[in-house]
Amino acid sequence: MAPYETAAARSATLRGALGAASAALALAITQPAWAQDSAPIKIGVIAEAQAVAGSSIPQAAQIAADEINAKGGVDGRKIEIVSYDNHSSSAESVRAFQRAVNEDHVNAVIGSYISEVVLALEPWAGRLKTVFITPGAASDVITQNIAKDYEHNKYTFHGYLTSGALAGLVCDAAKDMLVDGLKMKTAVIMSEDAAWTGPLDAGYEVCLPKIGLKVLDHIRFSPDTTDFTPIFNKIEGQKPDVIITGISHVGTQPTVQWKSQQVPIPMFGISSQATNSTFWKDTNGATEGVIYQGVSGPGVAVTPKTLPFVDAFAKKFGNMPSYAGYTAYDDVYIIVDAIKRAGSLDSDKLVDAMEKTDTVGTIGRIQFLPKGDPHVHGLKTGPGLITGLMLQWQDGKQVNMWPAALANGKLEFPSFVKIASGR
Amino acid sequence: MLFWQILIDGFAISSLYALGATGFTLIFGVTGVLNLSHGAIMVAAAVAAWAASGNFGAGAYVAAIFGIVVALLLALATYYLIVRRLQLSRAVREEEKEIFILTATLLWGIMIQEAIAYLFTNNAKTVLPIVDGVITILGVRTPANEIFTALVCWAAIGGLWLFVNRTLAGKAVLAASMNPRGVALLGIELATVYVGVWAIYGALAGVAGVLLGMFLGVSSYSAGPLTASAFSIVVLGGLGSVSGSLIAAYVVGYLETLTAYLISPAYRAIPALLLLVAVMYVRPRGLLGRR
Repeated sequence: MAPYETAAARSATLRGALGAASAALALAITQPAWAQDSAPIKIGVIAEAQAVAGSSIPQAAQIAADEINAKGGVDGRKIEIVSYDNHSSSAESVRAFQRAVNEDHVNAVIGSYISEVVLALEPWAGRLKTVFITPGAASDVITQNIAKDYEHNKYTFHGYLTSGALAGLVCDAAKDMLVDGLKMKTAVIMSEDAAWTGPLDAGYEVCLPKIGLKVLDHIRFSPDTTDFTPIFNKIEGQKPDVIITGISHVGTQPTVQWKSQQVPIPMFGISSQATNSTFWKDTNGATEGVIYQGVSGPGVAVTPKTLPFVDAFAKKFGNMPSYAGYTAYDDVYIIVDAIKRAGSLDSDKLVDAMEKTDTVGTIGRIQFLPKGDPHVHGLKTGPGLITGLMLQWQDGKQVNMWPAALANGKLEFPSFVKIASGR
Repeated sequence: MLFWQILIDGFAISSLYALGATGFTLIFGVTGVLNLSHGAIMVAAAVAAWAASGNFGAGAYVAAIFGIVVALLLALATYYLIVRRLQLSRAVREEEKEIFILTATLLWGIMIQEAIAYLFTNNAKTVLPIVDGVITILGVRTPANEIFTALVCWAAIGGLWLFVNRTLAGKAVLAASMNPRGVALLGIELATVYVGVWAIYGALAGVAGVLLGMFLGVSSYSAGPLTASAFSIVVLGGLGSVSGSLIAAYVVGYLETLTAYLISPAYRAIPALLLLVAVMYVRPRGLLGRR
């Protein structure tokens, strides 16, 4: 804790040299510096409090902080979570970030599951030299920006999978489940037009043919689409074996219309809203049979830390964490672990320590890609690190299907879905 | 095949637009109020119906009725708390009242929208459908709920037509839209007519909201776009003209469906908006507007 000792020493010298009046002034000026020794370590959390995915972020961070504080904190200093609601807006997020750093003096920021928001905050993390980690955004551009201008952008870390990595994980699962398991041959990609789906779709286009799924068409639709009838009709006309999804801003509406229209083709891929435990209720059960990628699932012990976290969350908040909840919980531990190893709250030292992270979180083993990688500060994926899961909604429950070692059920589809191998 | 698909899908969505716009234009035609909280009231109806079945285990019918009642109460609240207060206010100059009411209903809509987002999150929700399953019409597999939606929309619009043209109370409403002073001279309390119209409006908006929630699903985000779509349909059809709104609803509904099928779903809304701009240039009073 060298910087504080220097500051305290400096204030002592001042006090010796100056009169009583200026001593009081000096005390007031230097107070924050040495008072920090016992003051809490503050972590700002900027999130979408009104969105299901975002609302878990501050809640999960609080659970991690409570756990750390119950064990005595960091060298006797408590962790304090300061949370800000950004109303899903980039502009409000930037204001919250400035306030968090300049007025509330947070030591690091965890923020947002929306790529557009994270991309708006990234330059501010550089300008205000504050460690910033996102628990849920997926755009590859976040890490590409760090690679492009490392010195300026190195304060940003990507605590969730990039879209490119997600596409790879979906293809890994599709190979085992669809191509080898169900003998499928063709697919249509259906994704929303947003920052995060650009690299996802590019990844799909490359990896699906490689695993043996021919891409018949690629439909991108506006995220404010409400009527999906034309989209499903168009897809059905092309007779693919499976619809590979890339949806997050939308979820309820395409799922409900998939069911009410009885589209006979299964949906498989990224469907962020399907990861929420409330999705069954939001869709009145229309999500039955939908297969989606996740980093966690109820009852799935991805790591020894996963289930204890889920239990603690459910006990405190009465529902299950969203995908960004798991990562937000891990992010607090990653930051605290880095602070301990750095022995300092200095942002540059924290960045160095964060880069050396090697810890087991709730979604797998966490390591960041090193400087020089095109996705520097992104999470490493693959066997032994993070592999992700593939889950299916069955009778109101999220059941894990993949990887086989963690599976707790078998694929089942609603009667209107016709599986290609049976055609 | 594609032709029938466009025809059937376009019909369902257009009917829903028509019902949504009818209440909006009725309120404007009779009371002169452009109610910009329209979308929020529709969303509130859908979310209330969703909550009734999801949180309290109500059946599909009970949930739908609950949603409609919530919209009716909100419409009356809009009248008593917002519109009436401003109309009677001495602090606001008479010629400025219109713009004050416009702004107030906009803010009231945002308040409702934010309250929904706060209480129920901004995730999209769907109302338990009253009829399930699909029916094949001319080779097009159509959700039964889509047909149900179109039928209920037309029943509601037809009911409104019968009320306005065949009942004494309805004729008073029609008269009030033409000459409010004349109605008052005949000994009919104008305030009573207005309350009745707001109640009818609330019920129509409620039915439209619940059906929308069943058919497409809604989130608190939908409030703004729903108001905008009702507003543009009403402007296209001619402010205050119910039949103009009905025609405009079908023009917009089919234009959107055609675009989604033949060009790309991503550009769905654009041609209808271009048409609206074109109509503003060529025929500012709208298709069937009187003023």
